[in-house]
Amino acid sequence: MISNQAPQGQAAVTPGGTATAGTATAGTAGAVASRLRGMNVNVLREVALLPVLILLIIVGTVVSPAFLTVSNFAGIGQQSSALGVVVVGESLILLIGGMDLSLESTFGLAPMVAAWLIVPVAAYGDGTELNPYLGIGVLLAVGAVVGLVNGLLIVKGRLNGFIVTLGMTIVLAGLQNGIVKAQSLFNLPTAFGYLGAASVGQLPVSLIVAAVIFILTGLFLRYHAAGRAIYAVGGNPAAARAAGIKVERVKIGVYVTGSMLAAVGGLMEAGRVSAVTGQQGYGEGIIFSVFAAAVIGGVSLKGGRGNMVGAASGVILLGIVSDILDLAQVSNYWIEAIDGAVILFALVLARIVGGESTAEER
Amino acid sequence: MTSTGRPALVEVTGVEKRFGTTRALRGVDLAIDAGQCLGLVGRNGAGKSTLVSILSGLSEPDAGTVRFGGAPAPRVGDIQRWREWIATVFQHSMIVPHLSVAENVFLGAGPQGAPGVVSWAAMRRRTRDIMREWGLDIAPQTPCRELSVEQLQLVEIVRALARGARCVLLDEPTAALERQAVVRLFDRVRQLAEAGVAVLYISHHLEEVFEICQDVAVLRDGELVLAAPTASLGKDDLVAAMVGGVRTAAPPAAAAITEACATSTADGAPVSADAAPGESAAAAPAPGGTVPGKTAPAGTEPAGTEPAGTEPAGTESTGTAPGAVMPGAVMPGAVVLAVDGLTSDSARGRLSGVSLRVHAGEVLGVTGLLSAGVATLGRVVAGAEASTGGEVALHGRRLPPGRRAAAQRAGIGYIPEDRRAEGFVALLGVAENITMTITRRLAGPLGILRPRGRAAAAAPLASALSLVSSGPGQPVSELSGGNQQKVTVARALAHRPSLIVAITPTRGVDVASKELLLRSLADVAAESGAGVLLCTDELSDLVICDRVVVFVRGEVFTEFSRPPFDRDELIRSTEGLADPSEEAAR
Repeated sequence: MISNQAPQGQAAVTPGGTATAGTATAGTAGAVASRLRGMNVNVLREVALLPVLILLIIVGTVVSPAFLTVSNFAGIGQQSSALGVVVVGESLILLIGGMDLSLESTFGLAPMVAAWLIVPVAAYGDGTELNPYLGIGVLLAVGAVVGLVNGLLIVKGRLNGFIVTLGMTIVLAGLQNGIVKAQSLFNLPTAFGYLGAASVGQLPVSLIVAAVIFILTGLFLRYHAAGRAIYAVGGNPAAARAAGIKVERVKIGVYVTGSMLAAVGGLMEAGRVSAVTGQQGYGEGIIFSVFAAAVIGGVSLKGGRGNMVGAASGVILLGIVSDILDLAQVSNYWIEAIDGAVILFALVLARIVGGESTAEER
Repeated sequence: MTSTGRPALVEVTGVEKRFGTTRALRGVDLAIDAGQCLGLVGRNGAGKSTLVSILSGLSEPDAGTVRFGGAPAPRVGDIQRWREWIATVFQHSMIVPHLSVAENVFLGAGPQGAPGVVSWAAMRRRTRDIMREWGLDIAPQTPCRELSVEQLQLVEIVRALARGARCVLLDEPTAALERQAVVRLFDRVRQLAEAGVAVLYISHHLEEVFEICQDVAVLRDGELVLAAPTASLGKDDLVAAMVGGVRTAAPPAAAAITEACATSTADGAPVSADAAPGESAAAAPAPGGTVPGKTAPAGTEPAGTEPAGTEPAGTESTGTAPGAVMPGAVMPGAVVLAVDGLTSDSARGRLSGVSLRVHAGEVLGVTGLLSAGVATLGRVVAGAEASTGGEVALHGRRLPPGRRAAAQRAGIGYIPEDRRAEGFVALLGVAENITMTITRRLAGPLGILRPRGRAAAAAPLASALSLVSSGPGQPVSELSGGNQQKVTVARALAHRPSLIVAITPTRGVDVASKELLLRSLADVAAESGAGVLLCTDELSDLVICDRVVVFVRGEVFTEFSRPPFDRDELIRSTEGLADPSEEAAR
């Protein structure tokens, strides 16, 4: 904003200058002390899920000898990474005090559009036979456009985010099936499926990429000016605006970023199952898991509160739960009911342990 | 304080309350009789709010008792029974705007009827009866969102009376009222007292306490330090009791600043690390130290480049010449802000063609009734709200209407009217809030912000304003109201604005902090050559002004071109009574 000033320039011309510098040092010492204190609180909140995770690992070990193996955990990682990337996107949107239900449809539509442009007519493509790398560009563009439309409608059009994104969910899911006449697309080029299918040794590429996305987003939220603006906007938009933050721009930017992350998640999923089906995303109803992971991880639905460590532990927790249910060979008829019940239980537990309160503060 | 042999209507004995390591209340004894109006005063953080919450049955004291009419008070949380004795009209409205007056009056406690069944007729009838009894005229079926602030307050009082409460607790009831409304409210309060209702009246405005309270109690650091009939006290006595007896009536301004630090460190309150060693030395030249280089255009020589503040600061009268106004200040610098033909149909008060100028180094006061458009002018100039016509220009460059970010970049600092709504992000830390206006500068080209850098940038401002916090990372939500306001002011000063728009900057702030905040604004003007546009309905704020413009119904009614400003004349002109031509001749 003010570019001609010396950075952090408290250049003191007055005789009080030395004293000013003195207090600045004292302030720094205070900053360190407070950061330590602040970290204690944060660490407590962030490891709140640790007992639950340990409990789950014990349960898993008891249920099946195959649970506590590297290949099983690599599998959990691969299966969770697509969800995880969407959770990063949704968490960002929740942090600004918004919500986006349509991420699940973007998760299906973006890879569908890209694959449709890539595969030949015989495989139900549109015949463009686009270069797979350009296809990935198209995928990101689809995400960006969806996010932009959502953002403009919600922020500029002042429409309710819940109903806008609910409507968008249906529209996108319809497009996903419409363009390919409800067919599934197989025979995806290697380049397109690489992110979801490949492994480096035992480690799935998707897991590495998801981890990098989590870490970069976490650092961005903590140390980047725009990341801090997200917390300010989510915590109190009027105060952020009064402090010169371009609230609308931040919000729209976050909607766009969130949708692009959902598209990337969709690419991982398509690679993992080597196909784009009409069911991917909306058909599977992944949005409940997305919200559950974020909220279990302590991201507030009211905005302004939450972080990536929490969101990541939420994703891991859900991944382990569904893995245990698989290993325990729970009947397919019952798996959804049990999955949902476990998630609700985890939410209650996270609320008790983590102290994320839904009550208004005084 | 019980004048008769009967037990007091409300009696508090030996009440203690702790929050963590802070002792909010330390053995407070207080009694209120039927028909008595007792004033309760104290600086921010003195324990008033804690006492209010205990008296309202919302929180339980750690030790001590609350008795009503000699019998122990109901269990904490048994709000229904508690309300039969004491009802609180809170500082922040507890009205549900979409419900009708009658529904709000009986919120949570419908009039008797079949259990669980709402009797609309009975509810309206009872509301109407109470209204009539007290000479009020608000239709019970009116939705509360259509009422004025004053009417809402009356609805809250009616709610208290409808529950049969024999004691009404008024927490800063005049904070959002116009003077006329205050007068009317006082009539009601007297009426209540005469009818045998006990009134506990909490206020920052000492003159109000003298006007309507027979007795006054002073809290300081959680202790009741004074309880006496108002007739036996002077205003200075009260201020002395609130601050701790170290103050004289009109201390030198610089001393007031250092002293504010001293009291905050001495009384065992949590002290910020930024206000540690060398703090008083740093505080004295403040906040000029944080505003070096002149932001005014070249050639402008702001008045008084050395730290102002050896002159006496007027505390209780707007008639005293403020320290910042030295003889040189009368000669205006270049025009910083030019407002021409500004119009707005804002809900906060219309503007109908306002034109004015603020010069470098000048503090221009704008005052008037709440509905006169005073706050609207501030918001429009700061870009927080769009106008419908006219223009605002800073240093001759026209500003786009309603664009806060652009206005800030151009150099307009903004201290909003309602700090809770716009002043800070409650979940974020003190330092982050203060530096929110300068994130780009702190961040560098890659946008990386380090918490340490923020803390270092915030520290000088925090200590200049003697902001008390446990450290730069403490969430602003945990601070007292006065300290929250200091965060808001520091945030505005942080980006070295060439114009500061301050709207009611001292609202809800205790006497000592009030003076400190006003002085810091005056000092910034004097030392950096920034202009200050001070929009306020608080006449005592005008003490720092070089000129005062009075608004009536969205227009400039009259201008007082040099201090001292006569309080009575100001009041008369805000009511639109003075003859403008007569004033112009002055």
